[in-house]
Amino acid sequence: MSQIGRLVAQRLALGLLTLFVVSLIIFLCIELLPGNLAQEILGQGATPETVAAFNRELGLDLPPHERYITWLLDMLQGDFGRSLASQREISELLAVRVQNTFFLAGVAAIIAIPLAVTLGILAALYRDSWYDRMVNVLTLTSISFPEFFVAYILIIVLAVNLGMFPSISNISDDLGFWEKVYRTALPALTLTLVCVAHMMRMTRAAIINLMASPYIEMARLKGLKPGRIILKHALPNALAPIINVVVLNLAYLVVGVVLVEVVFVYPGLGQLFVDSVSKRDIPVVQACSLIFAMTYVLLNLLADVLSIMSNPRLLHPR
Amino acid sequence: MTIPASSNTFGGRASPWVSRIAMAAVHFFILVIFLQNVTVDTWSAVVGLLFAHLYSVVALTYWSKIERTAAGDTVIVTVTLEFVLMAAIFWERASAWPWSTLFGLAMVQICAFAAVKYWKDLRQAPASAWFGLIVILIYVMVAATAPIIAPYGETEIVGSEYDVWSNKHLLGTDNLGRDMFTRLIYGGRNTVGIAFTTTLLAFLIGGLTGILAAAVRGWLDQVLGRLVDVLMAIPSFIFALLILTIVGTSIPSLIMVIAVLDATRVFRLARAVSMNVVVLDFVEAASLRGEGLWWLIRSEILPNILPPLVAEFGLRFCFVFLFLSGLSFLGLGIQPPTADWGSMVRDNATLITYGDITPLLPAAAIAILTIGVNFVVDWFLHKASGLKD
Repeated sequence: MSQIGRLVAQRLALGLLTLFVVSLIIFLCIELLPGNLAQEILGQGATPETVAAFNRELGLDLPPHERYITWLLDMLQGDFGRSLASQREISELLAVRVQNTFFLAGVAAIIAIPLAVTLGILAALYRDSWYDRMVNVLTLTSISFPEFFVAYILIIVLAVNLGMFPSISNISDDLGFWEKVYRTALPALTLTLVCVAHMMRMTRAAIINLMASPYIEMARLKGLKPGRIILKHALPNALAPIINVVVLNLAYLVVGVVLVEVVFVYPGLGQLFVDSVSKRDIPVVQACSLIFAMTYVLLNLLADVLSIMSNPRLLHPR
Repeated sequence: MTIPASSNTFGGRASPWVSRIAMAAVHFFILVIFLQNVTVDTWSAVVGLLFAHLYSVVALTYWSKIERTAAGDTVIVTVTLEFVLMAAIFWERASAWPWSTLFGLAMVQICAFAAVKYWKDLRQAPASAWFGLIVILIYVMVAATAPIIAPYGETEIVGSEYDVWSNKHLLGTDNLGRDMFTRLIYGGRNTVGIAFTTTLLAFLIGGLTGILAAAVRGWLDQVLGRLVDVLMAIPSFIFALLILTIVGTSIPSLIMVIAVLDATRVFRLARAVSMNVVVLDFVEAASLRGEGLWWLIRSEILPNILPPLVAEFGLRFCFVFLFLSGLSFLGLGIQPPTADWGSMVRDNATLITYGDITPLLPAAAIAILTIGVNFVVDWFLHKASGLKD
């Protein structure tokens, strides 16, 4: 067990370092701005006094390292500063939206993961059958589709022609849980379709890779039933790659959410992010990208740690 | 003991390097002049120039290597003559856009060269690969000759808003009354052209640094490796949006940002596959015989890692293409009035809620091209791995 503990601790330390570097990059991006933020925001006609006042308000007159430390400490305490466009507290803007986005990603994940893993295992089991070939072509096709294409096809078929779901997902806090799920259905379905293909191709590859190993052949030659081979012999070893695939796709989901939210006008983090980018509202963009990047890094870290923890060789050391 | 022969797929050392370098320098010089005032109008000139340059290099290399047969020569000459004939028939349009005509001619000839050279492989290709190749061919030709085949101008307003499909406007008009069919054709040229340039740049940066890191190792490898780790820690879509907020969305900055972010993936692959080659005997033999770094990279390492890199190029292109259309769809990529498939979907999305599928055509065009490229890459990978085993 100590070996696992050491490996996990190592990964966690590395993850922490990554998070630090990521925050540093996001902070430094502002320094890359050609010229000066104040000039950029206030326009050419700003007087030196207004520029100075603006700089003082945002703390831009301090040296970079001091600014970074205060920025980071504020962020850690949940104080993201004020939006340049609307002058509102960013944390206020974020609170509901982060919740909505995770809700959407969660619904998509609950549909997608069991589906993808089952389909992937089946495709690996019946390799080179017509089912496998069909699945191969279908998933290759759906990987090639841009997200917004899938989204609009779903809108045309399910919302406009069949009238099953609303084409715009208008979510607010006072809705009941099932009403929320109902309104989230189309964006969640879009995300599911986009990431199932990827997830199941990787699951299939992981299992096929394993089925070629000698110990599985040994089990088969002993005369074990296929179901027993898969469940008792293959699955414990396949668990690590499958968990890895699943968590990495969760990370993808959180990022893929941006485009889908815009299509369905879903009031989430992605929508806010895109709006702020087009308004060049830099503090909000920084806060949003920090949240996205943190989630991404943390999920990657989780994938790492889980695949170490589920590795039978490390779990049962000789 | 014999010195192991290096596997060299390019021509021998006697290839006309001087003339090639001189030509490259001239092209680069003109390119720089053009790039200084890139606007929508000169964009076609830049693309034309780039491809004219690429074409001449490819033609020079392959003309010396190609297995010349009477049948092959006949095909190339016939195809060229056919294109010239077409240009002569539509001379009014063809002469109005000389760059497009030149570019189209180059593309036709490149395809003919390639088809003749790889005919043996092509004959055994599965149906899906043929589908992919034909799709790519059609897209390339349409992109090359966009102004010649498009019925109207790219940004020309020719009717009322949201006209239905008719003889005058094949696919109706868009939200500003511009011809949808024309925009679709031009959009193909812009989106595909920019995605291709970006992927090329990503491969130049990532591939070169990747091989270099594997060949030199030591601190260079460490520095580049950690840099790439850091760049990859942030999801690339988010990172791209963050940087584009700061530098603003112009076409050159778009290309640079996506290319650098994508180069990280290419770097990883190039480094990993070169690592396997660098440790082999023939590379050591070459370096012991006193060959320089550039020789090692170009003549010993590069030919041996080409198959995975080519396959990766296809996949990367798809990725960049989807990435770019995603950005444009959000209104943060290629800016209006330049036609582009992503922003066309966004601009006309209102029609979708009335059950009209016209706005989906650009999205479908994106999907078909990515599927085609994926099919070809699948076939190529299958073939490359089959030959090795």
